[in-house]
Amino acid sequence: MRHFPRALTPWLFLLAPLALLITFTYAPIVNMVAYSFTDWDGVSPELHYTGAHNYAEIFTRQDLFEVFFVSGYYLVASAVQIVAALYFATILSFKVRFRNFFKGVLFFPSLINGVAIGFVFLYFFQDGGTLDTVLRLFGVHTDHAWLGSPVSANISLAGVSVWRYMGLNFVLFLGAIQSIPGELYEAAELDGASRWHQFRYIIAPGIKPVVTLTVILSVSGSLSVFEVPYIMTGGATGTETFVTQTVKLAFQYNKTGLASAAAVVLLLIVLAVTWLQRRLVPDSADNRMDLV
Amino acid sequence: MNRRTTLATAVGAAALLLAGCTGTGGSTKGADAKAPADPAKVSGTITVLTQRTDLVQDGTMDRYAAAFNRTYPKVKVKFQALTNYEAEVKIRMNTENYGDVLMIPGVIKKSDYPKFFASLGTRAERSKKYRFTGFTTVGGKVYGQSPIGVTPGFVYNKRVWKQAGITRWPTTPAEFLADLKAIKQKTGAVPYYTNFAAQWPLTSWTFVNGSVHCDTGATTELAEGNPWAQGADLRVGDTLLYDIVHQGLAENDPTTTNWEASKAQLAKGKIATQWLGTWAVIQFQDAARKAGQNPDDIGFMPFPAQVDGTFCAVVGPDYNQAVNVHSPHKEAARAWIDWFTDKSGYDKDNLAISPLKDAPLPTVLKPYEDAGVKLIELDDTAGAKVKLIDSESEVGINAPDYRQKLVDLARGARKGSLDDFLNDLGKKWTEAQRTAGS
Repeated sequence: MRHFPRALTPWLFLLAPLALLITFTYAPIVNMVAYSFTDWDGVSPELHYTGAHNYAEIFTRQDLFEVFFVSGYYLVASAVQIVAALYFATILSFKVRFRNFFKGVLFFPSLINGVAIGFVFLYFFQDGGTLDTVLRLFGVHTDHAWLGSPVSANISLAGVSVWRYMGLNFVLFLGAIQSIPGELYEAAELDGASRWHQFRYIIAPGIKPVVTLTVILSVSGSLSVFEVPYIMTGGATGTETFVTQTVKLAFQYNKTGLASAAAVVLLLIVLAVTWLQRRLVPDSADNRMDLV
Repeated sequence: MNRRTTLATAVGAAALLLAGCTGTGGSTKGADAKAPADPAKVSGTITVLTQRTDLVQDGTMDRYAAAFNRTYPKVKVKFQALTNYEAEVKIRMNTENYGDVLMIPGVIKKSDYPKFFASLGTRAERSKKYRFTGFTTVGGKVYGQSPIGVTPGFVYNKRVWKQAGITRWPTTPAEFLADLKAIKQKTGAVPYYTNFAAQWPLTSWTFVNGSVHCDTGATTELAEGNPWAQGADLRVGDTLLYDIVHQGLAENDPTTTNWEASKAQLAKGKIATQWLGTWAVIQFQDAARKAGQNPDDIGFMPFPAQVDGTFCAVVGPDYNQAVNVHSPHKEAARAWIDWFTDKSGYDKDNLAISPLKDAPLPTVLKPYEDAGVKLIELDDTAGAKVKLIDSESEVGINAPDYRQKLVDLARGARKGSLDDFLNDLGKKWTEAQRTAGS
């Protein structure tokens, strides 16, 4: 093995992950971009090149962009979700009774499959379902149709999304908080810092990169919500999001070309929003700390 | 060339290769699947794709295969049940590997049939014996055959309707609404259940087409006229659905309906009526048995419209079975389709209408015979064009979206008037008519 070039070794190790990455991520994306310039219906052996026609259609049809208003509900929900996750992570990073039990309870929803969650919550919001029953225990008698009107339905669905993703944010924050050396707290306590001061001056700066990452993920997540509305309402009653709409274009109206173009547009929007966010929120002093 | 450009080139090349494989090519276009001359000699292993996951799981399909083997001992039949049939088959049809026998998915354009399926014979010859040949005919050749015929209609609980004092089928939409009101007042049952959340039961309202005016050319009418013009079939059906919901004759919260549970509820008399089809009757009878109710309480009635004093019901095919044009065992595959259509008893097991022209009507439709309901078959020559207009306009007459919006509109969860909504659909449709096919 004397003549084995050393420079090749890292590539050998990279071979498997790169092959998978190219086959299952980059090749389909390039393929999708290619379809976005055609009129393919998703199954016919024939397809024609149509130039930028699909893109022109997307940008001239107002109805395709109206669905982004729905993302507003999820954006607000993400804010709630991040604050709640941060709150629980901070509390549970201190010595609290049944700490591990609560950690488990909060993280549990992240382990459940998104489709299963959709079905569970369908029963939850049913007329006379779990939510109504629980409310009745507290003496609140309501026959409110939770998924019945656009506002109520979107708030309900955004609530489900908070329930589902908060655990993941919580674990990320908790991990970051626990990586802060314990001596810092001890020193702060000796100096007479309160819990709030500890959070403000030790924890918050310490976990900033993780928070930035979470915010970026949440914003791009809010723009591309899919599972919860798709399973629970199928986009009915004003809960259509950009992604459920794209899926409909591709698989219901067989406009795979147009849907591919819509997917490319969404990708560009998400990239642009992320870029904007990085411009607005200045980098931390130590660039190596940044996760995105 | 540095590393980055090498990688980019590799990705680009891979993409070009992939972009080339969108279809199956046309090399085998125009193949025939001939019926075998000697059943004892035909051999091979064939894979049959089906959407009936339930029948594969409970062994019913294997029993059909065993019966098939008594005539064709050398053919081995395997089944693949697909839960999400349409979507999964559509993707598999980008390869050559989509079983030997399959149901033709709705997404395939009629003009593409010869590229995907082997012909079963000419229409002139097959139409003597079989129903529904027009639905899969391209250039005079037939590419598929439905093993059963279905007709849409209202599944209802006879006991509840009787309790409300109704003795005869309503003959106009207004009469139907009055009957539902009587049911609401006198029985406490939910008069009509939309099954909004399951989506496809709303889609089936499209099948009112043809029965309103007893018109065999109703599909051509869709392709050439405005389906939502005053008095047109779809407008009549959609207006009835709107009125049912608007007048509070449907369930409280349509957004969280449950299809499986609705069967037992109808059997128990908690729900009075649902718009479905003959195929559903057997499922409701099963639900009745499981719930300890009388299965004979499940009734079936036509759309409330009459032409010259008679009801009209449209008989149409279910999924059409076809032979994969790439199958190496076309004779065996053809043998299966012929046997399954003619001799399996699948139609009787499902209380469905036989695909054979000379077969008697099933017992489910006995009341239809007694009431003199006229059964018609629609001419599907314009079927391909209707599909094209439908996709182009994004109206989706075979998708649940617009009727979900209609129901939302009717119960006030969406702003606007019924007239504006239907006129807007008509506008989209007629605009697409002008561009489609050009």
